[in-house]
Amino acid sequence: MSNTPGSPLIEARQIDKRYGSVQANDKVDFTLQSGEVHALLGENGAGKSTLLKILYGFTRPDSGSIVINGKPTELRSPRDARRLGIGMVFQNFMLIPALSVSENVALFLADLPAVVRRGQVAKRLRPFAERFGLSVDPSALVRQLSVGDLQKVEILKLLLAEARVLILDEPTKVLAPHEVEALFRVFEALKTEGYAILFITHKLREVIACADRITVMRQGRVAGELTRGDADGETLVAMMFGTQVTDSPSGRTAQPPAKRVGTQGLLELRSACTRPSANTTGLRDINLVIEEKEIVGVAGVSGNGQKELGDLILGLQPLSSGRKLLFGDDASRWTIGHIRESGVAFVPEDPLVMAAVPGMSVRENLVLGTGRQYWKGAAVDWHRVEADMAGSFQKLDFPIPRLDPPIGALSGGNLQRVVIAREMAKDPRLIVALYPTRGLDVHSAASVRSLLRRARDAGGGVLLISEDLEELSEMSDRLLVMYGGAVVGEFAHGAWQMGAVGHLMTGSREVPGAG
Amino acid sequence: MPADAKRRVLSRFPNITSFLRYAAICVVALGVFAVVLLAAGKEPLKAYADTFHYTLANAYGFSELVVRMIPLLLTAVAVALPSRLGLINVGGEGQLYMGAWLASAGALLLPGLPVWVLLPLVTVLGFAGGAAWAAIPGLLRANKLVNETISTLLLNYVAPLIVSFFIFGPWRSAESSAYPQSAAFPDAARLPSFFNTRIHAGLFLALAALIFYWVLMDRTRWGVQMRAIGGNPEAALRLGIPVGAYVVIALAIGGGIAGLAGMGEVSGIHGRLRQGLSPGYGFTGFLISWLAGGRPLGIVLMSFLFAIITSAGDILQITQGLPYAVVNILLALLLFIVLGRNTARRTRRVHRDGSAG
Repeated sequence: MSNTPGSPLIEARQIDKRYGSVQANDKVDFTLQSGEVHALLGENGAGKSTLLKILYGFTRPDSGSIVINGKPTELRSPRDARRLGIGMVFQNFMLIPALSVSENVALFLADLPAVVRRGQVAKRLRPFAERFGLSVDPSALVRQLSVGDLQKVEILKLLLAEARVLILDEPTKVLAPHEVEALFRVFEALKTEGYAILFITHKLREVIACADRITVMRQGRVAGELTRGDADGETLVAMMFGTQVTDSPSGRTAQPPAKRVGTQGLLELRSACTRPSANTTGLRDINLVIEEKEIVGVAGVSGNGQKELGDLILGLQPLSSGRKLLFGDDASRWTIGHIRESGVAFVPEDPLVMAAVPGMSVRENLVLGTGRQYWKGAAVDWHRVEADMAGSFQKLDFPIPRLDPPIGALSGGNLQRVVIAREMAKDPRLIVALYPTRGLDVHSAASVRSLLRRARDAGGGVLLISEDLEELSEMSDRLLVMYGGAVVGEFAHGAWQMGAVGHLMTGSREVPGAG
Repeated sequence: MPADAKRRVLSRFPNITSFLRYAAICVVALGVFAVVLLAAGKEPLKAYADTFHYTLANAYGFSELVVRMIPLLLTAVAVALPSRLGLINVGGEGQLYMGAWLASAGALLLPGLPVWVLLPLVTVLGFAGGAAWAAIPGLLRANKLVNETISTLLLNYVAPLIVSFFIFGPWRSAESSAYPQSAAFPDAARLPSFFNTRIHAGLFLALAALIFYWVLMDRTRWGVQMRAIGGNPEAALRLGIPVGAYVVIALAIGGGIAGLAGMGEVSGIHGRLRQGLSPGYGFTGFLISWLAGGRPLGIVLMSFLFAIITSAGDILQITQGLPYAVVNILLALLLFIVLGRNTARRTRRVHRDGSAG
């Protein structure tokens, strides 16, 4: 493989990729040089993963060309990419837990012999392990390894399979801080030997610490490209979130909230903590009050504790310490059913998984989660369910769906509408909404937003968790920012600067004094 | 008739199509089994004719089919009910034994009670024995300790040993010391039989269990919630349905119904507790429920079919000199065909969705 300076290892030109109505990649130009660590930065949905998948042959672009080592190439499958020396480490590691490290590596070898001699694989592993600081016991079973070691095995797999380009999808997401440092040392060692490394991250500090070049994506386009030295937090945040939102919020029409005197806290979290687990972020010392007549927005890159915050309020996540009060009562130990019946509505992020039973009819789904409201002896009072729900649909200005087909047959937007109509039918006093407009068309999204505002104006409280900063700045009376399971910033209405919010979201600035 | 029109007509009668489909499956299975019989040097047509003659064409044979159907119906419902919550109860056999055991305890320890007290009591105890036995895996599952498939399966090996302990030990009958079994039940603990056959009142228990199962699942608010758990456990949990409690209760009810099968065997057939009181009814019930897709009417039809097949085992033993186990080949064939069909259908669907997406 030739590394003449100036000719990039990979060059992607004018890549277009569209999924339905979403332009995931829009005329993306991208180059990767040998001997560089290249970071791909951007919000969720900016098109980073799509670009990686295209470069690894997983997805084929609608148009555009890819040149590898100066030769125009069509990547039809990951096999093509691997043959050309491109390897990828996915977020979910592709390892077989029951097998040993050397067996896992051997499985990935292009020249896997019929009889695998483990000693030989281990011998081939050793020089790589020593050179790049990737030492892992080759005979250890994969299921016994730490996450950091799993990642080492993934990288070793690619190196032994003679990859020269390593693509990593959010490699630091699952790592502890010291493991992140170790990973960056591995990157350094690899690049001095001419390997090219491309990785996705949301964390500005990491980018500034280790990337030679940074490509920032926004809404499917390349928003800019920077080299080490030019990149500082300000510029990157401006590129990630666009300059038009760094100004003060616009488009807000609702009146500022009424005076706080005498209002009762609907929800109050006092020093709330939860335990982290393999796939949940632990919440750290959350203090949060939602009062009547206010929408509290929560900004943050997903995976920083927003889901856990919603689950904590719902009662699914137990508190490890601290207290939770709902409507003035200690609700720390209430069951989910009790919390829902007390007047809390939940609009979950993924309605098909979290709020609907796909195989049951729309009618039956409408009665789920309504507690004992529609009980009639041992049966369900279906007439009352239908009447109430029809009223709720009308109030929301949603079309009433047919009730007999299974709810799984509905489109995403219709499903979300059914879930919202069901939740709003009980006139909730507190609404917890996670990404409520995700997947909705413009009209439905607008009606959901106006619904939340109306609920607020009628005296309810709303916790709005979203990744859409424009939506948050338009809707929120107060804005919180979450990072790493903690609330790292709180802004009163009108006092937020999207730039500062962006910094806090990406962890590039410590907790400010304000808040 | 063009194929398309035919499909449209048939799709209006889903019960008829599925009946025809199962009939076709049975014909294929019998065809392959005929080859097995030929290979064993027997005459398949004669074997089938004998089976028909001694079961369906003969009043006594038919009554014996019904006798066999009683435990099969009950153990099938015992599997079907928890399956609606996504629970896999493989423990019908053990639950049957524990039902028989606790029912026997009532019959043997309280022999003086009048029939209108003792018989209901024995029935309730039969239910309670199976329910308690199934509640153990239920509790383990609800507390996320052990998967219910494993624990129900393993408890199958424990229950018959408990029964053995009692009939070799404290309950061993003095009158027949050569054969380990309990003393005979008092008449007040015997389920009545009808028409001079062995068909006993357990038949009503079985039909009641089927109706209970259907009403519970399709007509009550509990049924809606339980089906929600089966359809999407995460959503059910998030919607405030007490999933853990339902898991324990559903397994316990299922186990109790299997326990009634055991109670029916000791109180309706044997009149005492003995070893080997079930030739694997619990496992056969699992197959029945699974093949019937948990549908009540399907359970009745499948129980009937399986009663014929298991009877065929006895008949072939006598008329053809074949071991009883030979019918296991026929059962396995049926399973293979159904499994193969389902897998093929699923693979086709995956391919279709894959190419579309």
